Parts: sequence; C-alpha cells; structure tokens
Amino acid sequence: MHVTSPVRTPLVTGGKTYADVTEDICKQVEGKPTKEWKIAFAISVVVLLYGTCCLFWTWWEGLGVWGLNKTVGWAWDITNFVWWVGIGHAGTLISAILLLFRQKWRTSINRAAEAMTIFAVICAASFILMHMGRPWMAHWALPLPNTFGSLWVNFNSPLVWDVFAISTYFSVSCLFWYVGLVPDLATIRDRAQNKVSKFIYGTLAMGWNGSAKTWARYEYISLILAGLSTPLVLSVHTIVSMDFATSVIPGWHTTIFPPYFVAGAIFSGFAMVQNLMLIARVVYKLEDYITFEHIEMMNKIITLTGSIVGVAYLTEFFIAWYSGVEYESYAFINRATGPYWWAYWAMMTCNVISPQLFWSRSLRRSVKWTFFISVVVNIGMWFERFVIIVTSLHRDYIPSSWAMFSPTMFDIGDYIFSFGLFGTLFLLFSKYLPVINMAEVKGVIRTTSEKLPAKISGVSKADRLASPAYKKDAE
Amino acid sequence: MTDANKKFLVGVYDDDDVALAAVNKIKSAGVKIYEVYSPFAIHGMDIAIGHPRTRIGIAAFCFGLTGFLCAITLTTWTMGIDWPMVIGGKDPLSFPNFVPVMFELTVLFTAFGMTITFFLSNGLGPTVKPLLFDPRCTDNKFVMAIDLSKNKMSEAEIANLVKASGAEEVSVKQV
Repeated sequence: MHVTSPVRTPLVTGGKTYADVTEDICKQVEGKPTKEWKIAFAISVVVLLYGTCCLFWTWWEGLGVWGLNKTVGWAWDITNFVWWVGIGHAGTLISAILLLFRQKWRTSINRAAEAMTIFAVICAASFILMHMGRPWMAHWALPLPNTFGSLWVNFNSPLVWDVFAISTYFSVSCLFWYVGLVPDLATIRDRAQNKVSKFIYGTLAMGWNGSAKTWARYEYISLILAGLSTPLVLSVHTIVSMDFATSVIPGWHTTIFPPYFVAGAIFSGFAMVQNLMLIARVVYKLEDYITFEHIEMMNKIITLTGSIVGVAYLTEFFIAWYSGVEYESYAFINRATGPYWWAYWAMMTCNVISPQLFWSRSLRRSVKWTFFISVVVNIGMWFERFVIIVTSLHRDYIPSSWAMFSPTMFDIGDYIFSFGLFGTLFLLFSKYLPVINMAEVKGVIRTTSEKLPAKISGVSKADRLASPAYKKDAE
Repeated sequence: MTDANKKFLVGVYDDDDVALAAVNKIKSAGVKIYEVYSPFAIHGMDIAIGHPRTRIGIAAFCFGLTGFLCAITLTTWTMGIDWPMVIGGKDPLSFPNFVPVMFELTVLFTAFGMTITFFLSNGLGPTVKPLLFDPRCTDNKFVMAIDLSKNKMSEAEIANLVKASGAEEVSVKQV
C-alpha cells in the first residue's frame, strides 16, 4: 500500500472515482466525432494531400526540385528529420525514464506523449525516405546479402547505426505503447454497445481480463521495457548527432554533440507534448487529469533541458576558439555574425532566453504562456538544426564556392507534408483510442485524492466518510 | 481454463485496499483463492494470493543475450570475414564501431522477445475470449474468484467468509 505525503497536491483533481475515470476517458472514444474534430481532421487531410502532391513531385522529378546547390547539399530535409526525431523523444522519456524515477505524474500524459513519439518518428522516417530520392531502394540500408547490391552495409558508418537506432526505437516505442494500451482496450471492449466495436477492441485487447498474475507480469515487463528504453532514448539522438559529429566539417566535428542533441531532443519533445496536451485537455475536458501541476512539471523539464542546451551553445563557441583551429573558429563566428546571423539569433532567443521565463511560477502555471513558449521553443529547435547544418556548409574552404540556401516550394511542401501526416495520425489516435492511460491513472488517484482534505482533493467530508476506504482507515 | 464446468464463488469488491485485505483474511482462514481481477495493478496482490514470482526477467535476459550474440555475428562476419574492407585506414574488425549496432539489436531482441513471452505466458492473443467473472473488473470493481472444487470448506461457509471480508456481492458462477 502506498504512503503519500499529505502536503503533495493531488495528481487528479475533482475527487474522481474509478468509475469516473473510465467514464471520462471512454466518452470521447465511444461518442460520435464532434464538429471540432471533424473540422480539424478535414484540415489535416487537406494539408496531407497538398504535401503528398509535393512529395510525389519530389520523387517523380528527383531531388533537383529542392533548393540544394553544390555547396549546401544537405538542408531542410535533414533539418526536418532531426527536428522530428527530437520531438519523438519526449514520449518514451516520459514513460520510461519517469517510470524508473517513480514520477507518478507521468500517468496522465504518457499515453498521448507516446503516441506523439510514434507519429513524430514516422514523420522523421518519411524525410529519410524523401532524401534517399529513390525510396524504392530503401532496403539497401538494411544488412542484406551481397546479391542485392555489391557489398554489405558499412557497420562503421553512423548512417547505418541510425538505421538500427531509429528502427529499434520506433518498434520498441510501438510495443511499449501497445502493451500499455491493452488493459484500456479491454475496458472499452467490456463497455462496447455495438458488435463492430466489441469485435475490434476485443481483438486488440487480446482477451485481457486483469487477473493478478497478468498484472504482476505486466508490471514486471513495464519495468524491464522502461529499463531498456531509457538507454535507447539516449542512444537514438546520440547516434543522430554522430551523423554530424563523426564528419570532419568544421561546426559538425564536435564531441559535445551527443549530450547536447539529447538535451535538445527532450527540450523540443516536451514543448510539443505541452502543445498537444493543452489542446487535448480543453477539447476533451481533461482539466482534472492534466492539471496545472502536470503543466508545471513539464515546464520545469523544459527549463532544465533548455538551460543545458544554452550551456552547450556557449561551450561549443568557447571550444571553437580554444581549439586554435582557425576554420573551426570561423565556422562559429560566421554563424553568429555571418549572413545567417538571423537564424543563429532566432535560435539563441527561442531556446536559451524564452525557457528562462519559466523561473516565474505564475508563468509556468499559465496555460497561455506555456502554449506560447512551447511553440517558440519548437521554432527555436528547428532553427538550431538549420543553423548547425546550413551555416556549417554554406561557406566552405574555397571562398569562390560560398553560397546561400533558399528553399523552393518543394522544400516547404515536403515539410508541410509531415505536418499533415502528424496531424492526421494524432487526430485518429485521439478519437479512437483512450488519450489517457486509465489503468495507470486509477492506480494513482487513491493515494492522491480521497485521503486528502476536501479543500485540496475536492471531495466533501460526507463523501469521504461514506467511502469504504475511510471505513477501513477508521478501523 | 482447461476443464470446463467448474464452480466458482465470485466476490465483488469496491475498493482495492479492501480487496487486498480480504485476500489475506480469506487465505488465513485456509481457503485457496483462484484469482483476483482488477482494473489496475495492485501491488502485492499476486504475492498475497500465493502466485509464484514471475520468471519473465530470466526470459528477458536470454533474449537480450541472443540479440547481442546475433549482432556480434552479423557485424564481425560481414565486415571482417565475408568481405573485409579497410575503411578510414582502420582494421576491418574495428570493434568499437560495432557497439551501437550491438546495443540496438540487444534492446530489439529483448523487447520483442519479452513482449511475445508476456502475451503467450498469460494466454493472451487476438482471438482469445476473455475469462470474465464480472465485466466490471475492467472498470471499477475488484473481483475475487474461488474455485469451489479445490476447497474443502462448504460453499456457504466460504460465501460467509467472503461477505464478512467486505465483498459487496457474492455469487456462484459455472465456467
């Protein structure tokens, strides 16, 4: 049995009972799609269709439709890829690392955050396929026998490590998410009114009945999956950063990249979770489940990781000077004062300064500010990748080949594609699957609401006296 | 459930702490409990009922080891034996470069192996019909099932015991 300090504010407010949790979360799965949902879904699908046309043309014509040139041969495609992979870090961080640290507040947000992770990784993967140019050759990245090509894949290459890291991360995240969904799917199955949904949710629920033996094993594998996912999350962005760090380009050849990229990934991932959860909490009336406490906790993580990122930017700058390598120093001076100064300072403002506003308690508990800063953070994180990639390339060793990068409508259209894809997938998820992990929330409400005074828990004294839990305590 | 037509005494509880206390009470009276079904994990419930400790961790280790050995074989055989190549002036068997792939495959094998083991050992699968003594056990109730054929006490005695332990409803079900 749990012991919770009475000074802790409850994780779920409104004095919810177990039945209330089921009702509140299942309501949106069982009901007909609302008008707002239909409008949002229609917009996402239109955006996706526009993006698909751009993507089709990119593949049909070839990568020449992008604004790349001889000097800047890697720009928006890889920027978008790193940006989406970074966003895809929060979900597994919340469900794995916070599980290991026994942070119970994760229970209200882990489901949606994991879904976000999966969809963000799908978007990231779409950029890998895009910039292959010939996606029908994608299997060449796999270690297949020589008859498919001339050689084996090169296991010394970070790009091959990336294939392993991202595919492992994607599939393990899907597993983690699905295992967590099974008990909730069983709840929906047992409430289903019509045959079709009973069949679909019943099949997905795999015959779950919540026996103590199953739960014991479930807890155990959750712990092991969390233990595995923790280093996995860290490895994914580490390996993504090695795509750059193992090269010899000044500005990329930096040993600080792995921790700096991981911190940046968590930073942008949490910002995206904030954006999605703040909308979901209003649309699905989940204010009692995603409380100000949750928002504040996430903002604290945003401030922490934002500060780590800030320190990394400064360290990078210092080391470029300290190294005594003039090319390295120039790459950084050029970043801050060269023709791309605006991108650099946009990154600095959005990522280093804006999260520091959360030192103020009233700002980090404000929905509007949180939403605004989260958007700013994600813009900043996009610029971070753009700065690292484009400014390091655009002025190389021969001044006559110096160039600028300007995106074409297909660079932009392919980026828009990923938003359409993400929006469509997330809306489908939020309509047809429970956005909050009911089983885990039920496991934490008792410790945090019923036993507290009414002014904190929201449960009146009479209700508390009538509850069997109180009677047991009285004994 | 292998043999059909077993008689079960089913007690429905409203609270997880009450259910856990009831399990201890009923067990100390000498009644064998078949299983308790709950909408969320109750810590210590499996131990209270007397289920053996799960050995799924051992399976996890075995799967991880398999993945690790597969990765070593894959990388060293392709890079060092089947088609040795000197890349960046390094030895074809540049072991540290293979660490990321070894790590990823270890995790991949463990996660998949363990999840499959989890579903198989619990008898869960897409076509499985759940054994539900009371469908509310996935919503807000805690359901205790006692196999009457496995217990020496009479049905009435056990029913009284279950009721006294705080059960809201007590019934007998044939499965």
